[in-house]
Amino acid sequence: MFGLDKKDLTLLLVVALLTLLAPFILNPFPTGSGLAQFNAGYPDLMQRFVIFGIFAIGFNILFGLTGYLSFGHAAFLGVGSYSAVWMFKLLSMNIIPAIVLSVIIAGLFALVIGYVSLRRSGIYFSILTLAFAQMSFALAYSVLTPITNGETGLQLTLDDPRILGASATADGSIPVTNLFGLEMRSAVNMALGPWNFTFSAGYYVCAVVMLLAFYLAIRIFRSPFGMMLRAIKSNQNRLNYTGLNSRPYTLAAFVISGMYAGLAGGLMASMDPLAGAERMQWTASGEVVLMTILGGAGTLIGPVLGAGMIKYFENIFSKINDNVLHGWFAWMPDGIEDLTVTLIHPFIGKGWHLTLGILFMLVVIFLPGGLVEGGQRIMRLFRRRKATEDDQTKAKQPAE
Amino acid sequence: MGILEVKGVNKRFGGLQALGDVNLSVAENTVHAIIGPNGAGKSTLLNCLVGKLIPDTGSVMFNGQSVLGRKPFEINQMGISRVFQTPEIFGDLTVLENVMIPCFAKRDGAFRMHAIEGVQNERQIMEKALAMLDDLNMADKRNMHSASLSRGDKRRLEMAMCLVQEPQLLLLDEPTAGMARADTNNTIDLLKEIKEKRDITMCIIEHDMHVVFSLADRITVLAQGTPLVEDSPENIKGNPKVREAYLGETA
Ligand SMILES: Nc1ncnc2c1ncn2[C@@H]1O[C@H](COP(=O)(O)OP(=O)(O)OP(=O)(O)O)[C@@H](O)[C@H]1O
Ligand SMILES: [Mg+2]
Repeated sequence: MFGLDKKDLTLLLVVALLTLLAPFILNPFPTGSGLAQFNAGYPDLMQRFVIFGIFAIGFNILFGLTGYLSFGHAAFLGVGSYSAVWMFKLLSMNIIPAIVLSVIIAGLFALVIGYVSLRRSGIYFSILTLAFAQMSFALAYSVLTPITNGETGLQLTLDDPRILGASATADGSIPVTNLFGLEMRSAVNMALGPWNFTFSAGYYVCAVVMLLAFYLAIRIFRSPFGMMLRAIKSNQNRLNYTGLNSRPYTLAAFVISGMYAGLAGGLMASMDPLAGAERMQWTASGEVVLMTILGGAGTLIGPVLGAGMIKYFENIFSKINDNVLHGWFAWMPDGIEDLTVTLIHPFIGKGWHLTLGILFMLVVIFLPGGLVEGGQRIMRLFRRRKATEDDQTKAKQPAE
Repeated sequence: MGILEVKGVNKRFGGLQALGDVNLSVAENTVHAIIGPNGAGKSTLLNCLVGKLIPDTGSVMFNGQSVLGRKPFEINQMGISRVFQTPEIFGDLTVLENVMIPCFAKRDGAFRMHAIEGVQNERQIMEKALAMLDDLNMADKRNMHSASLSRGDKRRLEMAMCLVQEPQLLLLDEPTAGMARADTNNTIDLLKEIKEKRDITMCIIEHDMHVVFSLADRITVLAQGTPLVEDSPENIKGNPKVREAYLGETA
C-alpha cells in the first residue's frame, strides 16, 4: 500500500497512530498529581514536537543520506517563517498560501546557498553554510529591518492590508490564523476522571503535515535518487567514475531539505504568527544537527525521535526547579535532602543543557547509531532471548 | 587509428617525471596490456585517461574526441570504465545496489531526478544487475554489505560494476591482485568470454604474467615513465631488453 514495502508501511502506520494519539500518550499523569509536570500533551509543546520533527526529517535527507553536514539550516526555517508572516499580513490569514510561499522561498534560498556551498565538501562545506546562515541572521537582525522588523521581529498589525481577508475582526482585534475557517488556536478539552486531554486544531494540522512529510521522506529514501545520495556518502569518487554527476544530486538533496525547513518555519508562523531573527541563529542550526544525530542520522524515524527528545528536555526538564525537588525528596532527613537537591541542582532548570549534553555524549560514544540503534539493540536482545527459549522448549520436547 | 590514442603525454610530480613522452595506440576490440616495474607510471597513465589527472603536455583521444579537460563522469559517459588498483566500491551499500548504480548511470545519464518510485520497481535494472552478479558467481552475496566482502570479491564486484555498463573501453588496474588462484583463473575466463561475446577494448595493467599472456593481444612495457617496447606477446617474451628491465626481476 502507498507504494511502500511491509516494513516501511508498518513504521508509517505506527508513527501515524502515535502522532494522532499524542494528546493521550503525552498526558499519562492525572492533572493535579505530582507528576503532572511531566505531561507534555499541551498544544504548544506538541506542535513544537511535530514541527521540529519535520525540520529534522528534512535535515536528515541531506545529512543522513549524503553525509554533507550543513550548519546553516536554521536560515531556511527563518526564511520560511518570515514568508508566512508576510503572507498573513498581505494576503489572508489562511495558512495554506502562507505555507506554500514558505516552502517556495526557502527552496530558492537553498538553491542559491547550496549552489555556492556545495563547491566544497567536508568541513569547508559546513563552514560555508554556517557563514551563509550567520549572514542571513545579521541581515534579518539589522540591515533588512523594513522586511524583517529587526530586533522586534515581524508581527501582525491592525493596519495590514490582508487583501483576501479583513485587516481587523469585527471587535477590532487582529484576526487569527486558520485553515479555511478552522482556527489554529481552537481546541477541545476532554476530562476523563482526573485526566485532562486537549485536542488542538493546530496540532492536528501540524501532525498531518508531518505525516505527509514523513511519507515523502520514506519514498525518497527508497528511490533510486535516495540510493545515489547514499552512494555519495559512501564513495563519491566511485560515483563520479561511474558516470554520475554528484553535484546536481547533492544540490537537489540540499534544496529538498531546505524546503522541509521552510515548511517547518511556515508551520511555526502559522501556529503563532510572528517571526524573529533568532530563529536563524547558529544555535538553532546546531540544534537540528543534535536532533538528527541523537535520534540516528540516516534512519527514517531517528530524527523525529531526536527532535521529540530535545524539545521534551527543553520544555519539561527546564521547568523542574529546587522547590519541586524539595517536594520530591521531602521524605529524606533534612541534611540529606538538602545535599541531594544541591547535587541534582546543576542538571535541572536552566541546567537542562548540561543534562542534554551528557546524554548526547553518552549516545554518541555508546550508540553511534543514535536512539534508533539503542532500540534495535534492545529488540535484538529480546529476540535472542526468545530464540534461546524456543531452542530450550524444542530440546525438551523429544524427552517428553 | 586506434580507439584510444595517447600522444606525447608528460606528467611531472614535483621533481619526479612520472610519465615522459608516452605514446600509445590501442586498436579497437583488442586487449592491450601495460606492464612494467613498480613505480613505472602505469597507474598514472590510467589516471590521465579517466580525468583523475591532467597531463602537463600531450593529447589523449578516445574515438576521435579529446578526453582532456573533461570531468570523470563525462569521460565515463563517453564509454570508458575503470577498475582501480585499490577497489573503489560503495562500501555502505549492498552488493546488488553497487551493481545497480552503474546500470542507472548507463540508462539515465549523469543525473536524473527519480525520487519517488521505489528502487524495487526498477525490475529491468535489478535483473540486469543480478545477471551480471550471476556471471561472476556472486549472486548469493547480493544482499551483503559490500564493505564486508573479501579483497578478491571487492575486486570482482568492481569489475561487475564496470562490465555491467558495457563500456567500449575497459581499463583494468591489476584486476587479479589479491585474488586466490582459482578466482584469478575465473577472472581470466570471464574476461575472455566478455571479449568474445561483445565488442570491447581492454587496457590491462597486470603483474601476473600468466594473466597477461592469457589475455593480451599487444603488450607495452613501461619503465620509468617511458614506453620501452610495444609488441606482440610472443616477441615480448623473447625480447632481452624486456627481460632485463622487467621480466628478469620476476622470473
Ligand atoms: N598523486 C601523486 N603525487 C605525487 N607522486 C605520485 C602521484 N601518483 C604517483 N606518483 C609517483 O609517480 C610514480 C609512478 O606511480 P604509479 O602509481 O603510476 O606507478 P605504477 O606503475 O602504477 O606502480 P605499481 O605497480 O606499484 O602500481 C611513483 O614514483 C609514484 O610515487
Ligand atoms: Mg599502479
